[in-house]
Amino acid sequence: MAATIVFLGPLRDMAGQESLEVDTPLDWAGLLEVVGEEIASQLQEERVNIACSGRVLADKTALQAEDGDEVALLPPVSGG
Amino acid sequence: MKDVRLLKEMFVPGSLVGPFTQAHPGFGGVCTFVGEVRGGAGQDAGVEALELSHYEPLTLPTMEELADRALTRFDLMGLLMAHRVGKMRVGEPIVLVSAVARHRRGVIDAVDFCMDHLKAAAWFWKREKREDGWHWVEPRADDYADLARWD
Repeated sequence: MAATIVFLGPLRDMAGQESLEVDTPLDWAGLLEVVGEEIASQLQEERVNIACSGRVLADKTALQAEDGDEVALLPPVSGG
Repeated sequence: MKDVRLLKEMFVPGSLVGPFTQAHPGFGGVCTFVGEVRGGAGQDAGVEALELSHYEPLTLPTMEELADRALTRFDLMGLLMAHRVGKMRVGEPIVLVSAVARHRRGVIDAVDFCMDHLKAAAWFWKREKREDGWHWVEPRADDYADLARWD
C-alpha cells in the first residue's frame, strides 16, 4: 500500500526528484521522516502547505494519507 | 461568461480579448491587464528566460474559484483569465485578466483583485534563468501586502 509524495517548485530541486513512493498509512511524523532533514525543516515553516488528494490541508500536521493518495508539498507561490 | 485557461504555448492577448468582449454585447466597460516577462534594466538585467511550473490538481481549480469570486464580488458580465506555464522569454506575455461589466469601477477593481491573488495565492512557482543558471523567484512582501487589501 503506497502514497506518492510530489515535490513542487524549489522543493523539487532540494529533493532531487519529482516524486517519491512511500508506504501508507502516512501521517505528519511519518512524512517528516521520509523526506529527509532539509525538506522536513522546510515543511515545518508556516508558509509551506501540504495537499492530500487535491485538497490543501488547513492543518498539515493532521495529514492522514492512505493507499493511492497523492501528497503534494507546496512551497510559497510566485505567479503572475 | 467565465473563461479560465492555463496555456502551455505563447499567446497573443488581443486574440483572446477580442472574442471575449464580442461575446458580451451591451457591456459598458472592459478592463484588461497583461503581464509580460520583464527584462532590460536594474535587477532584471541578465534575465534570459523564465519558467513557470504548476500543480495540475490544484492550479486550475483554484483559478476557477478565484474567477467565480470576482464575478460575484464585482458584479461582472464576464471574466477572462489566462496564465502561462512552461518556459518563456523576455517580452512574452505571462498572464492576462480581462473583465467586462455594465460599469467602470467593477471591472478595474476585478482585474486588480484577480492579479493580486494570482501573484500571491495561486499555485505557480517561478524561476528565472541568468548567466549562472536557474534561480527560484521568492514572493515579495509587497505581494502579500497587496493581497491583504482585499480581506
